[in-house]
Amino acid sequence: MSRSFTPKVITANALLEGDVIYWSPEGTWVRTLSSAEVFEDEAVAQEQLLTASSQPAVAVGVYLADVAITDDGPTPIHFREEFRTRGPSNYAHGKQVKLS
Amino acid sequence: MYQYNDFDAAFVAERNAQFRAQVERRISGALTEDEFKPLRLMNGLYLQLHAYMLRVAIPYGTLNGAQMRQLAMIAETFDKGYGHFTTRQNIQYNWPKLKDVPDILDRLAEVEMHALQTSGNTIRNVTADHFAGAAADEVEDPRPTAELLRQWSTDHPEFQFLPRKFKLAVTGSAADRAVIRAHDIGIQIVEKDGEIGYKIIVGGGLGRTPMIGKTLAEFLPKADLLPFVEATVNVWNRLGRRDNKYKSRIKITVHEHGIDDIRARVLTRFEQIKPTFKGVDRDLFAQIQQNFDAPAYRNAPVDAHTAMRLANPAYASWSDTNITAHKNDSYAIVSISLKKHGATPGDASADQMRVMAELAETYGHDELRISHEQNVILPHVHQSDLPAIYAALREADLATANIGLISDIIACPGMDYCALATARSIPVAQEIAERFDELKLEHEIGALKIKISGCINACGHHHVGHIGILGLDRAGVENYQITLGGDGSEDAAIGERAGPGFSAEALVPAIERIIETYLDVRSEKAETFLQTYRRVGMGPFKAALYPDSKASAA
Repeated sequence: MSRSFTPKVITANALLEGDVIYWSPEGTWVRTLSSAEVFEDEAVAQEQLLTASSQPAVAVGVYLADVAITDDGPTPIHFREEFRTRGPSNYAHGKQVKLS
Repeated sequence: MYQYNDFDAAFVAERNAQFRAQVERRISGALTEDEFKPLRLMNGLYLQLHAYMLRVAIPYGTLNGAQMRQLAMIAETFDKGYGHFTTRQNIQYNWPKLKDVPDILDRLAEVEMHALQTSGNTIRNVTADHFAGAAADEVEDPRPTAELLRQWSTDHPEFQFLPRKFKLAVTGSAADRAVIRAHDIGIQIVEKDGEIGYKIIVGGGLGRTPMIGKTLAEFLPKADLLPFVEATVNVWNRLGRRDNKYKSRIKITVHEHGIDDIRARVLTRFEQIKPTFKGVDRDLFAQIQQNFDAPAYRNAPVDAHTAMRLANPAYASWSDTNITAHKNDSYAIVSISLKKHGATPGDASADQMRVMAELAETYGHDELRISHEQNVILPHVHQSDLPAIYAALREADLATANIGLISDIIACPGMDYCALATARSIPVAQEIAERFDELKLEHEIGALKIKISGCINACGHHHVGHIGILGLDRAGVENYQITLGGDGSEDAAIGERAGPGFSAEALVPAIERIIETYLDVRSEKAETFLQTYRRVGMGPFKAALYPDSKASAA
């Protein structure tokens, strides 16, 4: 019996900078959520998670994060993931610098 | 101040060289993250939400001008031009790159600083009263004791893999400014019949299961300190729960076994190990103490301060809140607020760090302190120099007159930085400070400590805030619980939860209702918020916080 699967992206932190990264359709790590591959099939997501986790000298703490699919691309569901797409709220530091 | 000897310098250099090689092996892929993580944590390096974070120890919160300048240089060269001072008297850099961290550690070593044991299940940075050596009410300067404990605990072979982290705090005054009752071991220097000794408190702590420490020894002779503390940590190291990290801290061990059982075990162990110390610790203490001689106080008139108070109301207001009595009548302790309304609590820019370094060097016998309340202290200032210091602080945007007031808020980094956080803290602190500044009420409200944590681990000490705020994740939305009546002083108490939490939008209005209630029910202006709460209890505050539930409660 199939159950509903919330779409997901694969995310981690980059080893060298610590910056938030996402797994892309090309099988590389990218810096923005909009460039991330969105998985709508759980089996594919799990399989790609294993592949993405096999680069320990690039990515740290690889996991699946829930997203919603919108006209603007994937957007985070949880506020923690939303903060990870832009950076802290007290200074314009982190990803939001390039986004703005 | 304590000066490194050859052993200290060689030890830190060796550890830095080891870590440099570990980082190289991690970057080359020779070490996995699982292998590397415990090694980086031993050196204070965390991986947080957006970047790495390096936590640098400021032992017992004491540093000199050269060290503060070096912290500024590191902030500019390797980070984003600022640092965050924490509730454990440390400084955190929020944006270092992994490959730069070995260089940062070498720069720290140049000024006798390090990041050892600022993380991991070890004995952490020993904290102390931030007025140490200057306070008018002090029995003895706690810093030589804290330094002795630091040397003993650094790389102590028995205590590198404890059940959990272990935190020590020391105060030399009965008025507790170091929150010693919320530490694994709290040490108070006391005097009995002309003899100086220690009162030892054990099993305090905040976090998931907040507890106020219990007295393990009412009066411990000075010479017994290290064997006694070692016996205590030894007993916990063997008894402490390694099966469940929520039950691993010594507060749970003391709670489960009872203080009398723990005391008996500690005394048995103490008798065993005391002979092995052979007085080496006492010789070391005597050597350390020589590093903490009082500065050569200047004898000069203090008229400039008195005159300025009369001439300048802003100066008078600042000196009312930010100056504390010094043990020398002609001197003052200056607290520099890192809590400008709307700014991030505990943050200082590199420029501000250099201004504070310069003031310490010029007017403050080259001494600075970091308080657990995330402010910076000039402990020894001649009162005639206060107007010049005030002018320099104003210039650097550091003259906020709010020490001890509602906007002098402790806040952990929360979900703006911390990987463990469940909600944000910093924006809450910013909004509260700005709101009460706008209302021009904070001097009317008087002494009030608000403390905010972004998760149950309670780095922001919310349990001991007069008003405590705990940020949680409630079904994917930030939600804030309020506690009232907490107290981190010698009358320590855990705050009582007021009721259901508030959304981020509803929180500041809720705090306003608490304050309106206080102003309404206090018996007189001199009755502080905490005194009022203790007199009237939760009732009126609860009614103000939850007006709609009044009917059902009645």
